[in-house]
Amino acid sequence: MILITLLALPFVAALLSLLVPKQAKILALVSSALAVLITLYMSMHIAEGAFTIAQAWLPDLGIQFALHADGLSCSLSLLTALVSFLVFLNLNNKEVPKAASFYSLLLFAQTGLMGVFLASDAMLFYFFWELALIPIYFLSSIWGGENRIKVTFKFFIYTFIGSLMMLAGLIYLGLQTPGADAFSYHALVAVGNSLSNTQQISLFVLFFLAFAIKMPIFPFHTWQPDAYDEAPTSVTIFLSALMVKMGLYAVLRWLMPVLPEGVSYWSNTVIILSIIGILYASIIALQQTNIKRFIAYSSIAHMGLMCAAAFVQNDLALHGVKIQMFMHGINIAGMWLVVSIIENRYHTKDMNALGGIASTMPKLAIAFVIISFANIALPLTNGFVGEFILFAGIFSSANPNHVLYMVLAGLGVILGAAYTLRMLQKVVFGTASTTQAVKDLSINEWCVLAIVLSLIIALGVYAKPLLILTSF
Amino acid sequence: MIQYSYLIPLFPLLGFLINGLGWNKIPKSLAGVIGSSSILASFVVSLAVFVEVLSPSFQGPFVQHYFDFIQSGTLYIPFAFQIDALSASFLLIITGIGFLIHVYSTSYMHDDEGMVKYFAYLNLFIFSMLLLVMGANYIIMFIGWEGVGLCSYLLIGFWFKNHAYTDAAKKAFVMNRIGDLGFLVGMLLVLYHFHTLSYQELFDTIQSSADQTNMYTAIAICFFIGAMGKSAQIPLYTWLPDAMAGPTPVSALIHAATMVTAGIYMIARSSVLYNLAPIALDLITWIGLATALLAASIAIKQNDIKKVLAYSTVSQLGFMFVAIGMGAYTTAVFHVITHAFFKALLFLGSGSVIHAIGGEQDIRFMGGLGKKMPITKITFLIGCLAIAGIPGFAGFFSKDEILAHAYAQQPLLFVALLIGALMTAFYMFRLYFLTFTGSFRGTEEQAHHIHESPKAMTIPLMVLALFSIIGGYIGLPKVISEKHWLHDFLSTAVTEKELHELSHATEWMLMGVSVGLVVVMIALAYKATQKAQFSAAKGLGKVLEHKWYVDELYQAIILTPLNHLGIFLQQIIEKSGIDALVNNIGTSIQWLSTRVRLLQSGIVGSYIFVMVLGIILLLSIGFLSTIL
Repeated sequence: MILITLLALPFVAALLSLLVPKQAKILALVSSALAVLITLYMSMHIAEGAFTIAQAWLPDLGIQFALHADGLSCSLSLLTALVSFLVFLNLNNKEVPKAASFYSLLLFAQTGLMGVFLASDAMLFYFFWELALIPIYFLSSIWGGENRIKVTFKFFIYTFIGSLMMLAGLIYLGLQTPGADAFSYHALVAVGNSLSNTQQISLFVLFFLAFAIKMPIFPFHTWQPDAYDEAPTSVTIFLSALMVKMGLYAVLRWLMPVLPEGVSYWSNTVIILSIIGILYASIIALQQTNIKRFIAYSSIAHMGLMCAAAFVQNDLALHGVKIQMFMHGINIAGMWLVVSIIENRYHTKDMNALGGIASTMPKLAIAFVIISFANIALPLTNGFVGEFILFAGIFSSANPNHVLYMVLAGLGVILGAAYTLRMLQKVVFGTASTTQAVKDLSINEWCVLAIVLSLIIALGVYAKPLLILTSF
Repeated sequence: MIQYSYLIPLFPLLGFLINGLGWNKIPKSLAGVIGSSSILASFVVSLAVFVEVLSPSFQGPFVQHYFDFIQSGTLYIPFAFQIDALSASFLLIITGIGFLIHVYSTSYMHDDEGMVKYFAYLNLFIFSMLLLVMGANYIIMFIGWEGVGLCSYLLIGFWFKNHAYTDAAKKAFVMNRIGDLGFLVGMLLVLYHFHTLSYQELFDTIQSSADQTNMYTAIAICFFIGAMGKSAQIPLYTWLPDAMAGPTPVSALIHAATMVTAGIYMIARSSVLYNLAPIALDLITWIGLATALLAASIAIKQNDIKKVLAYSTVSQLGFMFVAIGMGAYTTAVFHVITHAFFKALLFLGSGSVIHAIGGEQDIRFMGGLGKKMPITKITFLIGCLAIAGIPGFAGFFSKDEILAHAYAQQPLLFVALLIGALMTAFYMFRLYFLTFTGSFRGTEEQAHHIHESPKAMTIPLMVLALFSIIGGYIGLPKVISEKHWLHDFLSTAVTEKELHELSHATEWMLMGVSVGLVVVMIALAYKATQKAQFSAAKGLGKVLEHKWYVDELYQAIILTPLNHLGIFLQQIIEKSGIDALVNNIGTSIQWLSTRVRLLQSGIVGSYIFVMVLGIILLLSIGFLSTIL
């Protein structure tokens, strides 16, 4: 029941906000705050066993309405609720035309995301996967920047091709053993494992493409900088903090148990692609002058590290991935919140045109510096704990190249410091780019950032609750 | 008292939080009081802890667990502190000198608008440095290690409006990160082979397990790469001279007395491991020696008072690493301690000078300052005598110990180090004579303005001068005393290698030679500075003035290629490659759609969208029908 509530909350709020447009913000805030409380409650009680529900839905097609929440699902649902809450808190009605529809679509996307992280029937998973995507498509093409149509089209083509492949793969799997629950998690795992090596290897490609585009993994990443650049910041936060995690989540939840032989066949390739992605994206990030594209490339590098660790496939690395998915979600949301405030004040994304924020907006500068250092995993910020476990996991893998992988991925640590500090130097330090008075953080903005900063420090010093949650 | 040692880092943390959170509300003078008194409080606790460690009843290291920091499967890293002779000694140095520099800063930074922020950073630095030396495992050391790097970054770029300063800050952090990757890989190697990062467990295992020299060597070299970054050794030293962009008390505290000696601490801490990795020790000797000589040669030709001191620091750190490389860890720590006194003194003295003549740092435009600044002059002279190695002053004892060990191991090593020591005497006295003697070469206005610094600045100078004299008596050479107090004290925490003993006659002879030559060098420096003509340098002089062109070399072989690679990847691979391919697929689909226009007369985007909507609608209807 609790799982249904979690899905129903944003869904109902989305419908209601269309009916009572004036109360849209309140509805969104209340529903996401409740979602935070519910997911927190679940996280605290996860030790007593996973939450689960299963009902017949489309028995003729073998589809069930089945939800299941273990530690990973809980942590990502919590992240979804939390990030949604921050986004809604940060939104200013006056700055968004047709605000009610905007809130409503974001709430629909939240429903889809929750569903993705909770579904334990593969078709239901696919349904939510698409449900999360559609509102994002509308949001970017209506409220986006100048090139929104072209960019959104590219984003849609990319992710849609991925989705189609996944659908084809799912149908193929489902047809192996038709029945009332052909797509349930256990049925799929059984079917997948019974397939021949060659079948697993080919099916892996279908699924992995869908997930790789979402994460995104080099060379399937080019939609991301464009999309982040053009989409409204709230949407970008949804995309970067939550939706890219869908791909990685799908790998952990579905791909690895269902197609183990396919995974082990391809793992080396995926790791190499991921590591190329880390270095490639980091080196490009060093060249960026557009702050939004900068964050996009730095995010590609971070996701590359997580993906590499996921495919190393030992317990330590997997635990690290689960932790880092949560931590990265917090940090990247913080980055975008800061950037949205800067863009709001200065009306530019060009780092060369910015500068001197430390003098004009000292409060924002403090927040920005802390979030940036969390993003490069400084110890005692949340980024460090996950990253250390990730590296330890990659290092202790059975793969003969593990030391090389670790060192190459580790170069990302150096490059990460270089590009992040370069950005800070251009944007935060230096002389002020404008002589006009710029307003520092409003109380509302300060509250949003204070939540992010407290999480960064609290989880950086004492990550144990999350370490335990993700171990279930 | 020792069970309260968590208070030592807690006070600076509180000071940081108060000044950090109240940066726009707290008055400047109060910020200085909060900052300094928090360090004084932790100094008092450190002193009590030190006394307890000193007492004969103290048995082995005191380890206290506070909470679980990282736990995943068998990977377990507690947040724990370890107090023993080594960490207790460093605690005293950090909080003691730290306190003096805080007091000095209350006056030095008084006119700066960012003073509250400054004290917040300084307290955060002390907190991190204390974590670094108090940790009971490498992760806690690493937390402090990166923390001091952060503070160093923030303080080098403290005057953030200046682009060159923020460049220097960035360079320091990134170069340290290169070393940190070595540290990280070293930790992962330890974790992989020993499943622990705690010092005690690790060293117990190493001592009781079979010899695995190759693995020990790999770990030792990785850790040393970390030390190269933090302690500014070749090839990662070029950030330290640039770090002088920060306020001068910061240079004294972070970039001379404490943070840069973290590499020495790390290796002394891991002495058990390094004793089993002779190749790593040899590497450390060579790198240390090369750094000592290279930096000393550069210092001869520098004209910025702080740059001379910075290269001198790099060079002295090289001396310490030579000691480490010979397995004489306590000798290295001894030199860390005496160096902390006299180098902090010299930097604060230079700050007093810079303060007096309105920000001028070029010694070519100084001269004759001693007349109006007697305290600064005398204390600075004591610092110079100490670093040059004049008998009776602190530096003499520790440097002589390094030279003696070197002679016992390899006379050529002694000769090379002696050359370094002679260069040191030369450039330090060149600096002293140009600054304090002769006649003033600056502007009239500056001359009028010269004054002795206020008490808050001169008292720390005097205290440090006192310790620059008496600090050496904690380790008297064998020829004078059979008992080397520091060596005996540290031997409970640090395992030294077996070192050759010199006969008393040889040791007297070595001392005589080095002291005699040092005096000659001082005389030469005096002679060289009397002309006080500054013509453009030629030949080797020009190479030294340009610091052997190392920065230019790094630019040419690393930064420029990386930049070009970045442009290539972005313009060619990303835009004309992958993205063009994807866009072509997009346009071909669009082209195809115009062909099949008779069937579907729409835009591709919307028509794919309709398809998906259809699927979802289908599923939703199905769902609703089962519920209803």
